[in-house]
Amino acid sequence: MELEIKNVFYRYTSKGRWILKNFSLSMDNTERVGITAPSGYGKTTLCQLLSGYLKPDQGEILLDGHPLASYKGYCPVQMVWQQPEFAVNPRLRLGEAIKEGDEIEERVIRGLGLEPDWFGRFPAELSGGELQRFSIARALGKRTRFLIADEISTMLDLITQSQIWHFLMDEVEKRQIGLIAVSHNPELIDRVCTRKIDLRLFDEK
Amino acid sequence: MSEKKETSSYSGTDRLNGQTAGDTRREDAPVLKIERMSISFTQYDRGMHQTSLPVIRDLDVEVQAGEMVAVVGSSGSGKSLLAHGVMGVLPYNAAMGGRITYCGEELTKERIEKLRGREIVLVPQSIAYLNPLMKIGPQIRRGNKAAEAREKLRGIFNRYELDEGVEALYPFELSGGMNRRVLISTALMEEPKLVIADEPTPGLDLAVAKRAMSHFRELADMGAGVLVITHDLELALEVADRIAVFYAGTTIEEAPVQDFEHEETLRHPYTKALWRAMPRHGFQYIEGTQPYVKNLPAGCSFAPRCPHRGEACGKEMDYRMVRGGKVRCVRAE
Repeated sequence: MELEIKNVFYRYTSKGRWILKNFSLSMDNTERVGITAPSGYGKTTLCQLLSGYLKPDQGEILLDGHPLASYKGYCPVQMVWQQPEFAVNPRLRLGEAIKEGDEIEERVIRGLGLEPDWFGRFPAELSGGELQRFSIARALGKRTRFLIADEISTMLDLITQSQIWHFLMDEVEKRQIGLIAVSHNPELIDRVCTRKIDLRLFDEK
Repeated sequence: MSEKKETSSYSGTDRLNGQTAGDTRREDAPVLKIERMSISFTQYDRGMHQTSLPVIRDLDVEVQAGEMVAVVGSSGSGKSLLAHGVMGVLPYNAAMGGRITYCGEELTKERIEKLRGREIVLVPQSIAYLNPLMKIGPQIRRGNKAAEAREKLRGIFNRYELDEGVEALYPFELSGGMNRRVLISTALMEEPKLVIADEPTPGLDLAVAKRAMSHFRELADMGAGVLVITHDLELALEVADRIAVFYAGTTIEEAPVQDFEHEETLRHPYTKALWRAMPRHGFQYIEGTQPYVKNLPAGCSFAPRCPHRGEACGKEMDYRMVRGGKVRCVRAE
């Protein structure tokens, strides 16, 4: 399977600066692509475009040759956000919220260390690190083909960070899920990814 | 403004070291010394049953003048309470034990109420701690309209490359990087001897985070004692003089920053595991998670995950000196 972003232009306001300008990238589902750049270069914007949260102003985003928007129902490209506090419904207990995912397997829940008693709790009753592990599990549903990870381990301690990335590398390898990892830490990208992209190289300034 | 404090003009390095006449504090005493601090919360369990939740126990840490100490622990582990405990701003259902001394004298409730915001300042986690309905300028000057105060603020803003227009903005109008600089400015309006920074770099990219940390480094270089509470060990290693590692509610090792260059110079098996988990040092991990305060094991709280655990690990752990640092492990030597 191939995820392709073709000559995409994007800006937030009609006369604003282009966040992405004629940007192209393609990857298949056996790759782990790392994206680095300082803040303001559109890392998160790119993630949102790739996972269908934003629509490009020009250009297209294709999954196996078909526009991403033409996939109805569960989106095969799933994104995990930097701040899990804002990515979960504060009024849903986690036992309900996990159902937003696509039949999450027990193996994923155990692999990420989700405790059974979290599922009876509301998001505000968990720490940021715990919620992040929950969000990752929720994104690893049955029909996920690509996973977009936007700075998912910045709030975790080093050991948890390493645990989660090892689990994820294993999981995407086994299920042939393509991974895009955004991080400010080049050493982390070196450890996790098979290919690296620096958004600064696409900037014409 | 309840009391008016003499405002001295901004004069560089020596301004932090001035002592007022008749001060009985000892020069050589650490600015802040925390001994066996414990903080617990009272919670309602079932019905009217109350339980006590010990979030911090037996915590020791010390900060000298001109020194920057980082307390490093994972997020959600309760380390922010350490800052709130020192500042005397714990919530009503929290109880604190242990002893805190400031410049050699016990920091009592009355004393901290007098000193906080003046000699002892807390730089909070985010602008959520600012008044959202008050413009930045008046808020940082705390309503002081005197020409000196205005001039002082100008000086501080210049130093942090904040232009004059920022004073007329409301907190929500600031960008992420400006936030940090504004929050640090609040500390500099007075002459702090002790600065406590609670998680100063959440969600900032590396360059901005480094810059935020370097501002605290400067405060230490000017003579203040600086205590930074953070989850980011890699960042702390770049700026701090000493690192105190926080695990399951207490400090398990305190070491000079140089000791983190090699695994062998570290003391506690958890600190060593952290070291090996850094991407540049192998990206290895150990199994398990930090125990929740409700079900801590007896004795060493790291024992269940420790490769070297033995019988002695079930006993109460002392925090002892080993090779110029402190460690809470019976096997460290």
